[in-house]
Amino acid sequence: MTSLELAQKLKAKFGDLIAGPSEYRGEISVAVSNAQEIAVVCEFAKKQLGFDYLVDITSIDNYGADPRWAVVYHLRNIVNGLEIRIKASVSEEKSELPSVLAVWRTSNWHEREIYDMMGIRFTGHPDLRRILMWEGYPYFPLRKDFPLAGKPTDLPGVAFTRPAPLEGGPFVTLPSDAGAINREPRVRTVEN
Amino acid sequence: MAQVQDIEIPDSASRSAKAVDDLADIEGDRMVLNMGPSHPATHGVLRIVLELDGEEITKADPDVGYLHRGDEKIAENMTYTQFIPYTDRLDYLAPLANNVAYALAVEKALGIHDKLTPRCQYIRVMCCELARISSHLLGLGAFAMDVGAVTVFLLVFTEREKIYNLAEAASGARFTTSYTRIGGLLRDIPPTWCDQVRAFIKECSKAIAEVEVLLTRNRIWVDRLRGLGHISKEMAIDYALSGPNLRGSGIDWDLRKNQPYLCYSELNFDIPVGSTGDCYDRYLVRMEEMRQSLRILEQCVNKIPGGAENTAKEPVNIADGKVVLPPKSKVLSSMEELIHQFMLVTEGVNVPPGDTYFGHENPKGELGFYIHSKGGGVPHRMKIRSPSFINLSILGELMPGHMISDVPVILGSLDFVMGESDR
Repeated sequence: MTSLELAQKLKAKFGDLIAGPSEYRGEISVAVSNAQEIAVVCEFAKKQLGFDYLVDITSIDNYGADPRWAVVYHLRNIVNGLEIRIKASVSEEKSELPSVLAVWRTSNWHEREIYDMMGIRFTGHPDLRRILMWEGYPYFPLRKDFPLAGKPTDLPGVAFTRPAPLEGGPFVTLPSDAGAINREPRVRTVEN
Repeated sequence: MAQVQDIEIPDSASRSAKAVDDLADIEGDRMVLNMGPSHPATHGVLRIVLELDGEEITKADPDVGYLHRGDEKIAENMTYTQFIPYTDRLDYLAPLANNVAYALAVEKALGIHDKLTPRCQYIRVMCCELARISSHLLGLGAFAMDVGAVTVFLLVFTEREKIYNLAEAASGARFTTSYTRIGGLLRDIPPTWCDQVRAFIKECSKAIAEVEVLLTRNRIWVDRLRGLGHISKEMAIDYALSGPNLRGSGIDWDLRKNQPYLCYSELNFDIPVGSTGDCYDRYLVRMEEMRQSLRILEQCVNKIPGGAENTAKEPVNIADGKVVLPPKSKVLSSMEELIHQFMLVTEGVNVPPGDTYFGHENPKGELGFYIHSKGGGVPHRMKIRSPSFINLSILGELMPGHMISDVPVILGSLDFVMGESDR
């Protein structure tokens, strides 16, 4: 049994819901077209296909594209080591998909982190609070439209009120006609 | 005659329920105790909000993020090579292992992870194992100190000092090593390095034996650790624990064996696993892992391609000008090398579009880098799967039912580091 065969089983069970499988660098990925079904797909993957170990959940911000969010699940079978990646796309208006907390308890903190960093909500999560940032922080810092320097705010101590002293630091600058200070990523936003 | 004694370890939920039942007739309110973020037993800035019934913990809510620096955001704004120094600061007790993990992840995204030169692979394995010993030694020293055995802390720090000296000889820095580069290493090891490692192996085995005598059969230590913080197999998998915490619960999973990378498949070593999954088992697993790491080091110094002094001039970097910086002498004399150097420095290594995940067996567990590339020298998204973060997520379920004085023991046995947890 290989990861590819298991991915095909997943496809056979859910049909059009699953796109793929595709292989890249020896890793098998499938995409779930309707993110609302992700919990069902994950439960099947765990119970029937033996993916009992959830390595990681990640979110990707495809700023400017639709759907904007992709939530990525890395699944593993801890006995034979087979792995599969499941991707679910979520639109910006919805920004919501079901929690897989009932399938793997480790997803608790992962989902909280994704909510904290990108603002994607997980329905059915009993305790969807911020985890790395503090309660009351107004932004989602890992979104592409959140500048590296932070955002100005009227509330001192809640978010940065001015660019941090690393301005002009050793970050990558984009080639353009603008001056060095304006090309520097801490002052760069997606718009400029 | 050997005496067989059964130990009964009730799971934490039933222990908690029993504790609540026992105290049902005592009147009084539950107390909420704020432990941390600045508490010696939390080894950094972990805060745990404990709800107490007398001395019994009824609820624990870990609060992480005090050391959040936005590493993933930073990674999206710089080239792959520029991020290497940031990996030093993830698990700052094992920077060498983080460097190797990150370099391998980027190399996997480039598709060159199985083309590394043999000498580079051996040096990287030695770095990883030195980092593992260093991390376990500190974890053990701090653990023992929290439980009351201060001597161990002094013993292990003597040994860690030698590892820092080795790191300094190899990379030039004791702590923030940044030793790896995409496709190779900063530089080859110095000629006498392998001899220094040999000397270290001898001295460290002695020190580990000494710690073993001090702790493993020490009545106070055993009584303090055994039966505490019991994590069952199912719970360990469900919470996706990794590293010694997973193996302490009896699951035979080690990425060095199960998904071999570098030259681990050419080396002989064993994977220790625990049987009950309590704090004592996790301690035993770490002790044995250090001995196995010394065994790996011993084989590496004997088998390293090119020998200790590299008289055969074995390369450490792969011969690809589009990945590894050319030697400076050639940059100044040859057109092609000049172009390669210019492109690498200004635009970085060109990683083709695609998703890759690489998990590395770090001292604390599985350190994974998920790279989502849209092409070019900067990742579109880089997720760091940090083992400490995930290992800590079990606390809310593990703590209830224990006494408040057990908290340092459980925390010490989980061996986490906040720099990595909060990223």
